[in-house]
Amino acid sequence: METWTDFVIARYNYWIVIILMMLGLYTVFARGNLVKKIVGLNIFQTSIFIFYITIGKVAGGTAPIYIGDELKHGHGYGDDHGDGYGEDHGEGGHGADAAQGDEAALLHAKVENDPGVNDLKSAVNQAESAGDPVEAGSLHAEPDAAMKVANDQLSGLGKAPAAPEFEIAGAAQAPDGTTLDGAYGAAEILYTNPLPHVLILTAIVVGVAGTAVGLALAVRIREAYGTIEEDELEAMDNVAEFGDAAEAASGAKA
Amino acid sequence: MERLILKVTTKIFFAPIILFALYVQFHGDYGPGGGFQAGVIFAVAFILHAFCFGLEETKKVLPQKALIVAMVIGVLFYAGTGVATMLLGGNFLGYDQIDPESTHHAGQHYGILLVEWGVGVTVASTMLTIFYHFAGREPDIDQEDW
Amino acid sequence: MNLPEQLPVLPVVIPLVLAPISMLLPSGRAPWAWATFVSWLTFAACAFLLAAVEDVGVISYALGDWAPPLGIEYRVDLANALVLFLVSGIAAVVFPFAYRSVQLEIDARQAPFFYCALLICLTGLLGVTITGDAFNVFVFLEISSLSTYALIAMGARRDRRALTASFNYLIMGTIGASFFVIGVGLLYQATGTLNMADLHDRLAGQSNRVVDAGFAFIVVGIGLKLAMFPMHLWLPNAYAYAPSAVSAFIAATATKVAVYVLIRFIDTVFGFEFEFLGAAFTYVLLPLGLAGMFVASLVAVFQEDVKRMLAYSSVGQIGYMLLGLSFATVEGLTATLVHVFNHALMKGALFMAVACVVLRAGSHSIHAFAGLAQRMPFTTWAFIISGLSLIGVPLTTGFVSKWYLLEAAFAAGYWYAGFLIVASSLIAVLYVGRVVELMVLRPPHEDGPYAIPKRDAPLEMLIPMWLLVAANIYFGINTELTGGLAERAAEALMFTAGAGQ
Repeated sequence: METWTDFVIARYNYWIVIILMMLGLYTVFARGNLVKKIVGLNIFQTSIFIFYITIGKVAGGTAPIYIGDELKHGHGYGDDHGDGYGEDHGEGGHGADAAQGDEAALLHAKVENDPGVNDLKSAVNQAESAGDPVEAGSLHAEPDAAMKVANDQLSGLGKAPAAPEFEIAGAAQAPDGTTLDGAYGAAEILYTNPLPHVLILTAIVVGVAGTAVGLALAVRIREAYGTIEEDELEAMDNVAEFGDAAEAASGAKA
Repeated sequence: MERLILKVTTKIFFAPIILFALYVQFHGDYGPGGGFQAGVIFAVAFILHAFCFGLEETKKVLPQKALIVAMVIGVLFYAGTGVATMLLGGNFLGYDQIDPESTHHAGQHYGILLVEWGVGVTVASTMLTIFYHFAGREPDIDQEDW
Repeated sequence: MNLPEQLPVLPVVIPLVLAPISMLLPSGRAPWAWATFVSWLTFAACAFLLAAVEDVGVISYALGDWAPPLGIEYRVDLANALVLFLVSGIAAVVFPFAYRSVQLEIDARQAPFFYCALLICLTGLLGVTITGDAFNVFVFLEISSLSTYALIAMGARRDRRALTASFNYLIMGTIGASFFVIGVGLLYQATGTLNMADLHDRLAGQSNRVVDAGFAFIVVGIGLKLAMFPMHLWLPNAYAYAPSAVSAFIAATATKVAVYVLIRFIDTVFGFEFEFLGAAFTYVLLPLGLAGMFVASLVAVFQEDVKRMLAYSSVGQIGYMLLGLSFATVEGLTATLVHVFNHALMKGALFMAVACVVLRAGSHSIHAFAGLAQRMPFTTWAFIISGLSLIGVPLTTGFVSKWYLLEAAFAAGYWYAGFLIVASSLIAVLYVGRVVELMVLRPPHEDGPYAIPKRDAPLEMLIPMWLLVAANIYFGINTELTGGLAERAAEALMFTAGAGQ
């Protein structure tokens, strides 16, 4: 049974987004200083960036940076990953039934004799020793077929990135988060969805441009009016529009 | 010999920053990086220079007029790549047309390299222009000097 | 290059590629001539595109050869071909018009940047219209908005209030765009796609809080951009203090494009299967449209500044467009599209007339218009004819819009809305009549700040202006292009929206 605290804590990223968004909007509306308004606007936009990054996050996925080449050129054969595949599949249980597990064990035996795969494994080893929290989708198929499956999954990744069920069916997520499969190299790596990153990179550029224009306007306003406080600006504009009557009124108020 | 340490440090750091900008620029199609980031880093080198040696010195190295030309060239480079692919028979920014024989989409690689180059040039010159205009303003100058 | 195949991308590529070149040209006539040339090229491309779409139907263009829905798709159907034609047409008329006005109102050294920004604004508006990708809409929207902020701020040479107006527009516009992006993000979260047609397929049958929230964010975001009634406060000052040529251009195009985006999202992306939509129509768009029609028009009556009066009237006219949209019928949508087209024609002509007055009188205060008929007869009559069109007098485009709208209102059963449309038109009689009365019946100022020499605007301004006025009359009589096309466009939109099922 999910208590409300679990509900709140499990969605902490959304709370960050909401809090930042409200802070930013409040600053925009409540502050009279034009530069502070722009700061508020930037905080508001930052919340959107975090929101998009949240959308793109795939549980366990690594940063969407292509590391395929490094895998190919990896050196040094790792040997401590040959054990325990079968067990892992047994435990993995994300839709992988026992029959598949057996089949997978067979495949792994086959895979281990394949020098190419050993090569890949070594690179995987390397990646692990570099401390990357990599998890692999373990695919119960031959490397070629695995590649196809992985590609399908990758394209599926573009389609349904946010669905929590996305964790690839049959992905064996070992308790220590480091166990890698023989098909790992061929199946590529589980990336987070790169598309929101790209989108938000664009949005950041747009935001920078907007900030630059806003600050430039603030500078020009400072030069033209001698102030960047909104209420003073408004008073001056009123004087310009309604003449002395407005001035008298604002004087009386002051 | 005012601010000697700053000036010497800037001189030492200037070239590595540019080098790093170039690395980010040309590594951008493989890893994190790309034209926008590289352009900003490139501009940062010159902004650092302006901080330590004064804006006028930097303007001698990179005059405002040159920056405007660079901005235009960058955009034209970007869009020109797109138009070139159109002329080669593909769609706008259809990079595969650059190397249609390639079996592994080498055209994509060249295309993004060219486009990123345009982006980098534009971003660097735009950032510097923005900096020049913000930093170069006297308080209360009139419209004529703008 | 296979030109017909590349046609859909040309309206965006031509101004985008050629705009920066105007920055390199020396001040004087060169940047203006270049911008005018580019706008005509763009208009030609859009006209061919409209003809092509009429011929073969929907044209899809995969940017960078990446097939949709993964790649960015430019998707041109009748509705956006019509808006493209309109926007580029207004640009092709306003750009040649701009020279004298800009010469007077903008620092000569800024002129190359001004024309560059104007072309980039055009690029953005055309891009918003043409693209079939939800996020791409945001990018182009910001391209056009950012250049618009700069353009409005350039009015500071005449009146420093342009700066504050531009700043307020920047704040509101950025918040609007950000809301829009949040909405798109939520839709992406729910569907995993950004292509509009694909979004429509995947949203079908989905009605959960994520999609509802996305819809709300998108409507509010675009509502800010199109100055939907209670969110319109940035607009009057922005239009009033912008350089006159910029007012003419953005008043005729920017809000129209935003209305188009709203139509596109409501009809193509969400569609009528989306349960939330009915409520949005009945409780948001319809009342806000009606309120805008009355409140903004009433405020317009009391303005001392003709440009700001026209700006408030624009907010009121946007009310008509929202009203037509909220009927959720083919007739209503047709009326909206027709009014988008016609309102651009009349507002363009009106703001151009004001620009002519500013050129000679140096002011857009209502006092400068006294006795104008004796001083600047051609400008005066251009103003009067387009003003009549704004009211909706027969034989003008305004009448056609109102007719379609009334028909749609009665057909949809909103008979009270029909009466309100007529009633609000009477308010337009008040504010237009006020200026017309000053121009025709009052004697001109002989001396003082508003005295004008007896000299009409130069021909290079009169010809483009009268072209638009002629269009006001032509499309008021021949409704084949607007009414006929708009109806077919509306039918196509409604079909995708799922009305025919």
